[in-house]
Amino acid sequence: MATTASTPEPAAPHGLAGPYHSVPARDNALHLGVWVFLGSETLLFAALFALYAGYRAGYGADFHTAAHHNEMWIGSLNTLVLIVSSFFVAWAVHLVRTGRPRPAVWSLAATILLGLTFLGLKTLEYTHHFAEGIKPGAAYANEALPGPGPRMFFTLYYAMTGLHALHVIAGLIVIACMLIGVRRLRINAARPTLLEIGGLYWHLVDIVWIFLWPLLYLT
Amino acid sequence: MIPDHPAAAPAEPVVHEIDFWRDGRTVGSWLLTKDHKRIGIMFLAGVTLALLVGGVFALILRLELLTPDRTFIGPNAFNQLFTHHGVVMIFLFMIPAIPAGFGNFFVPIMIGARDVAFPRLNLASFYVYVAGAILLLATLLIGGLDTGWTFYTPYSTTSYSTVALAVVGVFVVGVSSILTGLNFIVTIHTLRAEGVTWHRMPLFVWAIYATSIIQVLATPVLGMSVLLVGADRVLHWGLFEPALGGDPVLFQHLFWFYSHPAVYIMILPAMGVVSEVVSSFSHNPPISYRAIAYSSLGIAFIGFLTWGHHMFVSGMSVFDAGAFGILSMFVAIFSAVKVFTWTATLYRGRIAVTTPLLYFFGFTFLFVFGGMSGVALATASLDIPWHDTYFVVAHFHFIMVGGTLTGFLAALHYWFPKVTGRMYSERWGLVSSMLVTLGFFFTFMPQFLLGNAGMPRRYWSYPAHYQWMNVLSTAGASVLALGLLITFGYLTAAVLRGRRAGPNPWGSRSYEWRVPSPPPTHNFETLPRWRKGPYDYHYGNGGAGNGDDRQHA
Repeated sequence: MATTASTPEPAAPHGLAGPYHSVPARDNALHLGVWVFLGSETLLFAALFALYAGYRAGYGADFHTAAHHNEMWIGSLNTLVLIVSSFFVAWAVHLVRTGRPRPAVWSLAATILLGLTFLGLKTLEYTHHFAEGIKPGAAYANEALPGPGPRMFFTLYYAMTGLHALHVIAGLIVIACMLIGVRRLRINAARPTLLEIGGLYWHLVDIVWIFLWPLLYLT
Repeated sequence: MIPDHPAAAPAEPVVHEIDFWRDGRTVGSWLLTKDHKRIGIMFLAGVTLALLVGGVFALILRLELLTPDRTFIGPNAFNQLFTHHGVVMIFLFMIPAIPAGFGNFFVPIMIGARDVAFPRLNLASFYVYVAGAILLLATLLIGGLDTGWTFYTPYSTTSYSTVALAVVGVFVVGVSSILTGLNFIVTIHTLRAEGVTWHRMPLFVWAIYATSIIQVLATPVLGMSVLLVGADRVLHWGLFEPALGGDPVLFQHLFWFYSHPAVYIMILPAMGVVSEVVSSFSHNPPISYRAIAYSSLGIAFIGFLTWGHHMFVSGMSVFDAGAFGILSMFVAIFSAVKVFTWTATLYRGRIAVTTPLLYFFGFTFLFVFGGMSGVALATASLDIPWHDTYFVVAHFHFIMVGGTLTGFLAALHYWFPKVTGRMYSERWGLVSSMLVTLGFFFTFMPQFLLGNAGMPRRYWSYPAHYQWMNVLSTAGASVLALGLLITFGYLTAAVLRGRRAGPNPWGSRSYEWRVPSPPPTHNFETLPRWRKGPYDYHYGNGGAGNGDDRQHA
């Protein structure tokens, strides 16, 4: 990859301070780096998915009842919200690549708005649960669904959706930085890489939710 | 571009750039450096300090075990000390020692790159390591930790000691490990110079690559599970708490899903080092390059499927125990491929008996001995009586600690001339390598016998008839400590006034010996285009100083 690239590159806004000798080589490395990072993130969630699988094997019927206690419309609406938000990121990447930064900024703004909608719905749901006494762990005090099975389900529910919500917040910060970058034309048709890798992170957030949705709402 | 400088010394005509030690002498130029070599040196300083601290803990433990009853510390202090010993040695010494220290220094040079892929991330990884180390050491000072390094629930959620801070420290150190691994994976994929194809990379790079995959994929699971222990303890989530419907065994599964692969994070880099050492000092190419390279990947892969062998007594079915046992034995196959390949590499070589090669012999001996006891322990019928006895302690110290420590010391001596530009004293090297290897053997060999005789691990006192073997073990530990102290002494002396090494004192063909010693900040004036591979011993005179066949682009 790192060949003897002495050919003059188009003046790069950030310069090339690192070990790479050409912009494509550096961008390729950034892409690979983000993919490796996403692989690592997947394993972070995998620990919780494994726990879910373990406890579901033990408390199958309780998990079933408890999942049906969750508001399916909130979970499903949130799934839709995240998928649409992912579309807007992908659309923004397309717009930037084809040299249309202004609509790309709007597209990213839509992503942020949808991400905030997701967090709003999630907060609403948490509030509902807390009002019903559905709290994680020892604080669990719901009388309609007593026993260790539902308690374990909701503790895992809080752990998994909580970790996911943290990722949504991190993703929103990333997308906001991307929005500023596109607005200031630092991210442009010649240099779309940062937006591409920021978008990849947002897609991870989306995909994790797509797995959480059936496990926590549908089954 | 760095301007050309006149050659610093006539002995080293290759030097046109000032070396990385002299390129900026202020404290700030070190603390804010993005140079992979300086970051590697800082990591080495950190892990050496950790080795010292963890070693002192070990010596106190061994002194306490000199007599059957109280020698000078009580049971609580003993529980804390063996935990501190484990935590410091594993998370702060063995995991980062070779990858973050020597890997940082040599991987970019070995693939013909100016630096790692993300230099700033590399520096961040060092500071994250320091932050984690401070958290862990603070734990030891504030309230101590007595759960064992394994943090088994439910004890870790109820122990009086400072578990919550410790798990945060472990998480933070894990982040550093992930960042290092990520950086190496991208570096090795995207920064290989022309001519450095996958099959012309030095074998050390393959080992670091395999290690990095484990670091990136296994560490997050540990991070998550120790944070859940923290949540159980502080927020009473009860995920592993039987009273709240949780299952402590699930914690063990998650913990060992990381912590078994983690032993390969420790041993694979050491295997990479000895692959280089055995080839350089027998002046022979490895008898099968691919066997060594691919078996590293094989170990990394199969290592993810063996965690259950730590849990044969945790209520595992006979079928599962058999499956995990057989999968664990696959590791022995890959390891044996390596050991036979290294040994055969010596055959008809022109062997130069130097300190690194002596450590290779020490490594092989300890590794084979530890490995065979490992195959035995992978058999559930044998593991169940040996479980939680000193047999297991002896086993993992032989294979994991013996392997990593001798690998680390081999690397330290092998690359010492390259890093410092000076030669150490071979005579003292011979003395200290003998002391270290024999000391190690006499520390842990009696523990095999103790374990087989039924002495349980993690106890501060024992029946009197176990005493003579404990005394032998403590004596061995003292010899080991003496050997390490001598090493520290003569290497320090060599840094100050060793004779100049020149670019290639060993007559090695590997890439890192084709740049000046010490290397300049950017490693190469122009990016190299190497025509000859790293093990090209079949031409010309393989003697000292003849290794530079670098072709300029």
